[in-house]
Order: sequence, then structure tokens, then C-alpha cells
Amino acid sequence: MAEITAPEPTRRDFLYVATGAVTAVGAVFAAWPFIDQMNPTGGVLAMASIEQDISAIQPGQQVVFKWRGHPLFVRRRTPKEIAEADNVSVDSLPDPLARNANLPDDAPATDKNRATKAEWLILVGVCTHLGCTPTAFEGEYGGWLCHCHGSQYDTAGRIRKGPAPQNLAVPVYTFLNPTRIRVG
Amino acid sequence: MHGPAYVPKTNFTRWLDKRLPIIRFVNDTITTYPTPRNLNFWYTFGGILTFMLGVQIVTGIVLAMHYVPNANLAFDSVENITRDVNYGWLLRFLHADGASMFFLAVYIHMFRGLYYGSYKEPRELLWILGVIIYILMMATAFFGYVLPWGQMSFWGATVITNLFSSIDQIVPHAGTAITTWLWGDFAVGDPTLNRFFSLHYLLPFIIAGVVGLHIWALHVPGNNNPLGIDVKGPQDTVPFHPYYTAKDSFYLCLFVLVYAIIVFYRPDFFGNPDNYIPANPLVTPTDIVPEWYLLPFYAMLRSVPQKLIGVLVLFGALATLFFVPWLDTSKVRSCRFRPLMKQFFWIFALDCVLLGYVGSQTADAAWHLGGFDLPLVWLARLGTIYYYAFFWVILPFVGLIERPKSLPQTIAQAVLGAGRSQPAPAE
Amino acid sequence: MRFILPLGLALGFGISAAAFAADATQSTAPQAPKDVQWSFEGPFGVYDQAELQRGFQVYKEVCSACHNLSHVAFHALSEPGGPGFTDAQMKAIAASYKIPAGPNDKGDTVDANGNPLMRPGTPADYFPGPFPNEEAARAANNGALPPDLSMIVKARAGGPQYVYSIITGFHEKPPAWFHVMANKYYNPYFDGWNISMPPPLTDGQVTFADGSPNKVADEAHDVVAFLAWASDPTMDERKRTGFVVVAFLLLLSGLLYLSYRRVWKDKH
Repeated sequence: MAEITAPEPTRRDFLYVATGAVTAVGAVFAAWPFIDQMNPTGGVLAMASIEQDISAIQPGQQVVFKWRGHPLFVRRRTPKEIAEADNVSVDSLPDPLARNANLPDDAPATDKNRATKAEWLILVGVCTHLGCTPTAFEGEYGGWLCHCHGSQYDTAGRIRKGPAPQNLAVPVYTFLNPTRIRVG
Repeated sequence: MHGPAYVPKTNFTRWLDKRLPIIRFVNDTITTYPTPRNLNFWYTFGGILTFMLGVQIVTGIVLAMHYVPNANLAFDSVENITRDVNYGWLLRFLHADGASMFFLAVYIHMFRGLYYGSYKEPRELLWILGVIIYILMMATAFFGYVLPWGQMSFWGATVITNLFSSIDQIVPHAGTAITTWLWGDFAVGDPTLNRFFSLHYLLPFIIAGVVGLHIWALHVPGNNNPLGIDVKGPQDTVPFHPYYTAKDSFYLCLFVLVYAIIVFYRPDFFGNPDNYIPANPLVTPTDIVPEWYLLPFYAMLRSVPQKLIGVLVLFGALATLFFVPWLDTSKVRSCRFRPLMKQFFWIFALDCVLLGYVGSQTADAAWHLGGFDLPLVWLARLGTIYYYAFFWVILPFVGLIERPKSLPQTIAQAVLGAGRSQPAPAE
Repeated sequence: MRFILPLGLALGFGISAAAFAADATQSTAPQAPKDVQWSFEGPFGVYDQAELQRGFQVYKEVCSACHNLSHVAFHALSEPGGPGFTDAQMKAIAASYKIPAGPNDKGDTVDANGNPLMRPGTPADYFPGPFPNEEAARAANNGALPPDLSMIVKARAGGPQYVYSIITGFHEKPPAWFHVMANKYYNPYFDGWNISMPPPLTDGQVTFADGSPNKVADEAHDVVAFLAWASDPTMDERKRTGFVVVAFLLLLSGLLYLSYRRVWKDKH
């Protein structure tokens, strides 16, 4: 009935389409607050970057901090551990990339690229397999062993054996002074 | 009421229709549902209420992702939502002001039903389901108001739960036992907050279920209309879609506009400053007031100096609504054709507003009229008496003595003018 | 009328609250708050950043000696719609506050001198209060509890006007019949007129870096603006979003109205 009586079908159609389109746009924008509310709050973001004093850590020791809800490994490596990690050919590694957030994505996984200051290895303590926390000073390579599924990391935190696909991640960090770091 | 039957057109819809006739269901209940062609503005609030229930459920679910139902943390968590959660301020105000907008719409919806006699045969169950929804809404709103755990939350919970202690006057100790059971403590406290949160989350889904029944009970006899006469044939109706989807959408948008202005520019309009003070069991605020939508009942409660009777008057005022379909003896539904009832109806509407006003004032407030003080409690008593008289005396008796105006033959005739029972041709 | 009702309850009766106000003789009901102008009034009003920074200074140098600001986190100071401190300024402010840090890895809560272990504040911390708990606060204030200021503007009927009137409402002469109680001060804007807070501000008490005037009225205005922000830190965002939403809904209403008329064209 309406089709017959409408004098200008195209203009009528345009009105309905425009109304529907504007409603749809409004619905999309209205959905955003309901999605965004699940993102980290201002308080969480304020803790996204932490500063830590590392002066008390002795060579051969690892200290675990909490950063963004994850363990943060700060390991002061001995010269022996550094040498072991440095003597490995990058080509022989399961994951040849540095995975260092401070470096370009394609940087190779040399020991230098894993720990900019060779003594200090700073890693996110999350196994790249399924997210467990690896245990330090265990496994065949003297680095970390993840007890969940047996992934083994060397003294540069690089995956050597087991199901994990990637090296342990190096977070963004800077040395504010020789004994104080800011992570994040 | 049924419109043209649904005929599946494609192979897939034919396949689906044999197994799960969901498109047929939508078609019959929304698209082709024959609706009286003369529904006015006041009939758009059913759709608005459905929308508001959806808004309250959706905003409530996301708020529950951040809210902590613990007496030590609840207030802080609500502040955290307002300050830190992304768009938390928006979600919180949408929910808090949404409750008021929901009640505003439900009151308009109920007064509309009263005015046009929408509770009368064959829509008695439709009305009763509506009253159940209304009571569930009040319970949900009350539980929700407790959750921010401010001073008004705490003392509101204390006062309302203490209504049950009046049972002590019938069965000694039973009322106290019930309040202790409600609280899970010897006063309103952490266990109370936890269970109120649980119930506040549960009840809206029960409301949604009853709303389903309400709409079902609407679709069997079909809509009433401002004339209050039955639909006589297809010329009296239009398909729900696009006619009422278009009309309802427009008025819904206006309603949302008002809602948005409140949320964005006066978010605390319906609120009470005292609820921004954390709950303190040792200090009662000087003036305890419930949310505005409960004020008329609060006035009735306070108008009675005896505790138990006051509580009975309060609950009786709600229970009365269940009997309305059988209290009205008139043969005519719509007040449009009931000259006497129309006047009593408007007095009743003013009476509810008056009771609401008195409920918002302090218990000892008075009007100074010349040299004479009129304590508002007397006004509340008059108002309460009229409330009860309206339903139990006026509704039955006016129906018997009133001479209604003559009704039009059909809706189409009334809308299109005498002698034209077919829709007008195109100009 | 103390409680504005959306249905315009009083309206229907043509009554005005003033006509029924309580008897004025010998009443200690609070005076109506002073009518002060604010930059954040109205649908387009926003906070004045410079004023919020000055107000923060007043809070920090004066109010914070007794009052908490417990719901305000340091990171809020540099967020949009607030005082607009830079990130570095905000971190410096946070670090200037000491936050309880104990117990340490030895289980100690106090240092060698018996002082509680403290650490500098971080952006995620909240303003620490001046007293360890309510009892200590009361003990230090003749039994009165200085209210938390983080919500004071929202938690009082009259909002910023009321808070401003309280702060500036001292030094008026009480009527002869009125008795100012011991350890209390006369303030006719306060319910009961006896307030426990001593006059908090004096002319020139706070020196602003931008050389703004610092009479009591100026200091009070600045600090109330800051407290209004502390109560409602998302106001700017709320009003801005609201403008877009209302404009959108007006457009949509127009379209829906035209559609509605068009659909019904042949049915009236």
C-alpha cells in the first residue's frame, strides 16, 4: 500500500536508509564504553612502569619483582654464565630473534642483544609456551626450566629445548643510574 | 490476534520453519501483529520500558565486573568505577539514573493503563503480571540502592528491612527473627550487602521472564486503545511493523534524549548528597528519604502512628493493585467516555504526587496557612484515605452510577470519520 | 525544597518552599549559601586549570593538615580535565608524600629508630591522610572528625556554594542570644552554627607562584574549585561527550520523526 502511494520512492527510501544508518552508527559508538570498560583502568596504567633499586643483587643471584602482574626476573650473571651464553651460535638456536623490546623486531638473539649490559639480564618471567613461570638455575643449560611442560632456557633466557617457541621476552627498561632501573 | 500468516520464501527458511519457527514467531509477534490504529503517545512507554530493562541489565552486568560487594570495599569500588574505570562514570550514571527513568516510564505506563481501562476484561492477567513486574522492580531498585554503601544506602536498608520487625506485634519475636535472618547479622552489615548484591543481580532476569509473560498476555487479546472499544476487523488495525516500530522509535529517541541530558549534565539529579558519605552504622543522617519513586508509599507508612498498621497500609497499597480488574464495575473501559471517573482519576494522580511530596519532607513538617499550622502528616492521612477509597469505593460505585458517553462503533470510524470504514485513498 | 522531585511534585500545588520554611526566630538552621560564580557551571563550563593548581596548593599547604583526600590518586593530577600538571610534576608531587611501606622482608614495620617504614608515593598511590585512623584524627581535633574532602562538594547539599560559604563564613558576629560552645566556632552557614573547624584561611596565607590574588575569598574560591574537581574529576569529559550525544540524538529524533510521519502518511 505504502509503495503505491509514495510519490517519490527514491527520496522515501533515502530517508529510511539514512535513519537506519544513523541509528547503526549510534549503536556502534554506544557499544564502545561497554567494551572499553574492560581495558586497564587509570590506576592500573599508573602502575605500568615501575622503578626498582637493584644494588643489593649479588652476582649469580636472581631477584623476582612483580611488573604488570607478571614476575620480572632480574639476574646478575656471573662471567661464566655470560661466556656460556656468548659462545652459542645464533644459527643453532630454535628462536634466532632477540625478542628484546628495546631493539628492532628482527635483531638476532646474540647474548649482546639479550642483555645490553652483559651483567644484567632482565626478563619477563613468563614461559613463551603457555605462560607458566620458569624456575631459575635449573635445566641442562643452567638458565631456567619450566616445570609445566619442560621448556629449557639458557643463561641468556633463550629457548634451547622443549615446546616453548620463543625466547623469554626482554621488557622495555632503562638504567636510571648504575643501580636503579625503570621497567615499562 | 493474528495478522497474515508467515510464508517462508527460501529453501533455508522453509527448512528452518519446520524445525525452529523462530522467524514465524518474530513475524507473528512483531512484524504483522495487528495493532489498533489509534494508539497515542502514552502507548509508546511499553517499548520504552523494554528498552530500559535492557539498558539496566547491560549496564548492570558491566558494573558488576568492577563492583566489590564487601562492606569495606563497596564504597571505594563505586568511586573507583566513577574515577578510574574507562567510561565508568558513564556506566554508573546510566545505571543509577536509568533506575529513575525506568520508574518514570513505568508510572506513566501504569497511569495510562488505569485511565484507558487496560486492566479490564479480557486483560486482567496482563495487568496482574504488570503489578508483579512493578513490585519486582521496587525490590530490585531497593537492593541496588544499598550497593554503593553510602549513608542513604545503609540507613535505607535498615529502615526498609525493619518493616518486617513489625511482625513482632503479631507473633512475638518472629519479626526480629526475620530481620536477623534478612541481615545475616544483628544489624545491616557485610552479609546483608552480599546477599542484596546477589538478589540485585538475580531479580532483573526474573523481571525479564515476567515481561515475556506480560507481552504474551498482551498478544492474546491484543492491545487496548484510547477508545477502549474492541477491534472489530482489519480496518481497525495496522501491522505493528512498520507503523508502531516507527512511532515507538521516535518517542523512544525523545525519551533517551531526556535520559542523556540527565546522565551527562545532571547525573546526581535523582541522587542524595548523603550517599556520597560512606556508610556509618553509628550516625543516622538527619533526614532519611527513599528514592523519589518510593516516596508516596513512604508517606503512607509515616501517616500511621502505629508501627504494624503503618506497614500493613504500605503493603496493602501495593496489594490493592492486584484487585483493580474486579473492583472496576464499569462496562466502559476508557475514561474518555467516563465523565465522572475521569475527574476521580485526575484527583488520584494528584493524590499520588501529593503523597510523594509529603514523603520527601521531614516527618514533622507543616504548612503555615495564615495563623494555622497544617502538619503534613494530616495531608498524608487524607492522601492515604483517598488512595484506598479510589480503588475500593470509587472504582466500584462510580461504575454503577455513572452514565458513560456513547461509544463509537469502530476504531476506524472514530479515526477516519463517520462513513469511511476503509483507509483513505492516496491524495 | 531540599529534595527536588522530577515530577515537579510541588509544582502541581502552586506552593513555594519558602512560604513554609521553619520559624526564623532563634533558629540555628543554616543560612542559604553565598552565590558564587564558578568556571565549571552550566552545560559548557569547564575547570580552570590554573585555578585547580592554585587550589591544590591551598589544599596541600592548609587543608591537608587535618583533612583526607583519600579517593584521589596522584595520577589523576596529570590526567585530562584536571589540574593539568605534567607527568614529571605529578610524579614529583607523588614522591613528596610518604606512604606506609611496612612490613619489609624481615617482617619489621618500623625502622631502627622505631619510626614506621615509609616509601615515596608513586602515581598509582592515593593521597595519604594526616592521621593514621579516625581515633587519632578525633584525638587531635577536640573529638571532631575532619571529613574526607575527596567527595565533599558532592556530599553536601549546595555543593561548591556550600563549601565556599563554610570556608569564608567565619568572623561574622553571632546574635546576642546565640551561645558559641567551647572549642567551637560560629559559622551561620553550618547546621547548628557551632562548627569544630577553626577559620582555616587568612589573607595572604598561601603565596601563589603566578602572583594571583590571595585574600581569603580568593584562596577559598581556588580550593573549592580544586575540591569540586576532586569530587567530580570526569566532569569535563562528561560534558564534552554529552554535547556530542545530545547533538546526535537530536539529529536522530529528526530523522525518526520524518520516517514516522512518512510511514503513517496514508493512515491518518
